[in-house]
Amino acid sequence: MSLKIVVLAKQVPDTRNVGKDAMKEDGTVNRAALPAIFNPEDLNALEQALRLKDRYPGSTVTLLTMGPARAAEVLREGLFRGADAGYLLTDRAFAGADTLATSYALATAIRKIKDYDLIIGGRQAIDGDTAQVGPQVAEKLGLTQITYAEEILDAADGRIRVKRRIDGGVEVVEGPLPIVVTVNGSAAPCRPRNAKLLMKYKRAMTPSERKENGVECPEGRPWLQIAEWSVADVEGDVQQCGLNGSPTKVKSIENIVFQAKESKTLGSSDEEIDGLMAELIANHTIG
Amino acid sequence: MANFYQDTPELRHHLNHPLMKRIVELKERDFRDKDEYDYAPADFSDAMDSYEKVLDVVGEIVGETIAPNAEEVDHEGPVCQNGRVTYAKGTQENLDTCRKAGLMGMAMPRRYGGLNFPIVPYIMAADIVSRGDAGFENLWGLQDCAETLYEFGNEDQKQRFITRVCNGETMSMDLTEPDAGSDLQSVMLKATYDEKEQCWRLNGVKRFITNGDSDIHLVLARSEEGTRDGRGLSMFIYDKRNGGVDVRRIENKMGIKGSPTCELVYKNAKAELCGERKLGLIKYVMALMNGARLGIAAQSVGLSQAAYNEALAYAQDRKQFGKAIVEFPAVSEMLSLMKAKLEASRSLLYQTARYVDIYKALDDIAKERKLTPEERKEQKTFAKLADAFTPLAKGIGSEFANQNAYDCIQIHGGSGFMKDYTCERIYRDSRITSIYEGTTQLQTVAAIRYVTNGSYLACIRDFEQQAVAPELEDLKGRVKDMADRYAAAVTKVTEAKNQEMHDLVARRLTEMAGYIIMCHLLLQDASKDPGLFNKSAQVFTRFAEAEVDKHSLFVFRLQEADLAYYRSGETKGTEE
Repeated sequence: MSLKIVVLAKQVPDTRNVGKDAMKEDGTVNRAALPAIFNPEDLNALEQALRLKDRYPGSTVTLLTMGPARAAEVLREGLFRGADAGYLLTDRAFAGADTLATSYALATAIRKIKDYDLIIGGRQAIDGDTAQVGPQVAEKLGLTQITYAEEILDAADGRIRVKRRIDGGVEVVEGPLPIVVTVNGSAAPCRPRNAKLLMKYKRAMTPSERKENGVECPEGRPWLQIAEWSVADVEGDVQQCGLNGSPTKVKSIENIVFQAKESKTLGSSDEEIDGLMAELIANHTIG
Repeated sequence: MANFYQDTPELRHHLNHPLMKRIVELKERDFRDKDEYDYAPADFSDAMDSYEKVLDVVGEIVGETIAPNAEEVDHEGPVCQNGRVTYAKGTQENLDTCRKAGLMGMAMPRRYGGLNFPIVPYIMAADIVSRGDAGFENLWGLQDCAETLYEFGNEDQKQRFITRVCNGETMSMDLTEPDAGSDLQSVMLKATYDEKEQCWRLNGVKRFITNGDSDIHLVLARSEEGTRDGRGLSMFIYDKRNGGVDVRRIENKMGIKGSPTCELVYKNAKAELCGERKLGLIKYVMALMNGARLGIAAQSVGLSQAAYNEALAYAQDRKQFGKAIVEFPAVSEMLSLMKAKLEASRSLLYQTARYVDIYKALDDIAKERKLTPEERKEQKTFAKLADAFTPLAKGIGSEFANQNAYDCIQIHGGSGFMKDYTCERIYRDSRITSIYEGTTQLQTVAAIRYVTNGSYLACIRDFEQQAVAPELEDLKGRVKDMADRYAAAVTKVTEAKNQEMHDLVARRLTEMAGYIIMCHLLLQDASKDPGLFNKSAQVFTRFAEAEVDKHSLFVFRLQEADLAYYRSGETKGTEE
């Protein structure tokens, strides 16, 4: 059985290596100072999709991302790893979206893709850490959802079995296709870029990128064209997109600097270490 | 996010050499693959861009996976059970990652599933892999054997085996036996033709076989009964799927511990002949060895780089007497010399790789059509240069890797002697580079003919004609003086017409030639990119000058009567 898989991906500022200039004076993220990367858990999601493609011949993996023109980079990264196609949702009207407006836009685009068995995304993006977009997409499309997935065990005869991470262990759940699955960071890391695919797709671009760089899509190489969709292309309602469609407003942002006020000196005996461990577990610092 | 390609700009410099234009032109044959394969380049800049992008993937995989796995692989090592080898967990992960990235069969033609890369970017990948884990380079680098299949196998064999290598199956070259190490003419593994099954059968034992439980083996065996020398040996292909070869044990080695070194027992193993009978050693293994030697030269450079990086990082971090030890001239002099030796061996490595690329691409074209007289001349020139440079790159490069590993530990002081730092693994891993695929002493044997027939000197005189940056003219003058002293030393030895003297000073003469060539290559590099290479050109030339002087003095002072002092076995103790 072949599957039609849509992978939701986001380009995010790399908040894992934050320097002094990571935040602007007004408390918003200084995107220019942080390298733009493929959201880590979306890479885990892509790997799950590619494994299904390896396992069920004839399956296809299509990437969908929303963002500015440069977010096409995420789609190329996906193509280099084995995805078959990518769509970039890009429009000024999409800008400033919170999770509600984002999931609206993605759901609208997925409706346009139409033919899908499985929608897989990362659990959350490292810039917002909300973990809301995947579940909201499922709600908007009226689909079942499985969150915190660690491994998709199989997807056959209209059912999917997923191992998901829960407090203190894992559980295996089953659901009907089509379905939305969000993947946890503890899932298998994504495979590397493949040399042949890298050489094949290195010049893949969106129409806007071609316009900006003044290059035509080479004749007879349709795979080098990355599709670009505006609000109108997906027949979206502008009022529900971007800033217009976002009820969430940031009230204020504070810069918190941790200051160690108390200190405790421990010896190296096993008893003292055990005592510390018990204390840390009791106050939920670990465990 | 470590990337071992991007963090070493010297690599990009060597990739972007003017000779690449010719290499790509020959390798891509007017870019005829571009309509048939979606990943084939359309022009020169497209090809170069692809090499860079793939090397970026190699750099990332080595930085993110292979190097971080190296320590654990070194501790865990492979195990042998019931005749089969299981790699360490990290080794399996490394191989799996390389397969998924499509980095197997890199230099093979596209019609067999390869990337059709020239030797230069392939060897660069080997350099990068070795820096991360020299032991893993052995497993990954054995894809080199596919080159022998490609050159000497028939079309059916190429289709069946090379495609498998490109898909990630591993290879081994089964040459050494308990009584046939450096002297491969003594190989005794027996090949007999099975008339009933219409196939060859192999019986006997091989020893010290790297990755001996590989999927596809190239085996040197005695097919001509009653013979005792190299002319009775043929090359065979053994496919593990057929069975018949077991691993009796794996060696407990000092270094490159992740790479299983196996003793193999052949029990009536089914095999097929590769190429023609009787040419196994005299033609095929010689070709295989030259490729393998270039691989070890790359491994040596990668190790030199690792040793230098570890030493520099430690010297910058370690404080004594109130300052970082890198600030003490005693330490910084060592670091400068390490860097200079690293850059010198790397320049020689890539120059050699370019020579190999040109002649091999022409050889390959010659299979399709007759070469023009100019092309034949070009083929001959570059084949000779490649043969002359390979033993220098392997011999001197591996000695430098060892010297750098030694200095790396020295800079770490007492800590370097502990198992806690990477330097001790680099030290152990380096040790084999000057031994396998022909010891340094055997590289001298291969190189000395180019000393005595004047090839190196002619090459050096050619380099002297090349322009260098004006500020490097003085330095070039010093290198010219070195060449004069080298020429005089060679004349003295050849005129003495004494074979024993000739053999005794062979290493010194070869080193002189090698160092002078390295000086010229660094002068060229520094002229193009002084920021990257000026210091190393300056330091290496001063080092080489002193070495050439030292060797020259030795050669000139050596009298025939002195030879007796160097004869072993004749000076047994006199006690009764």
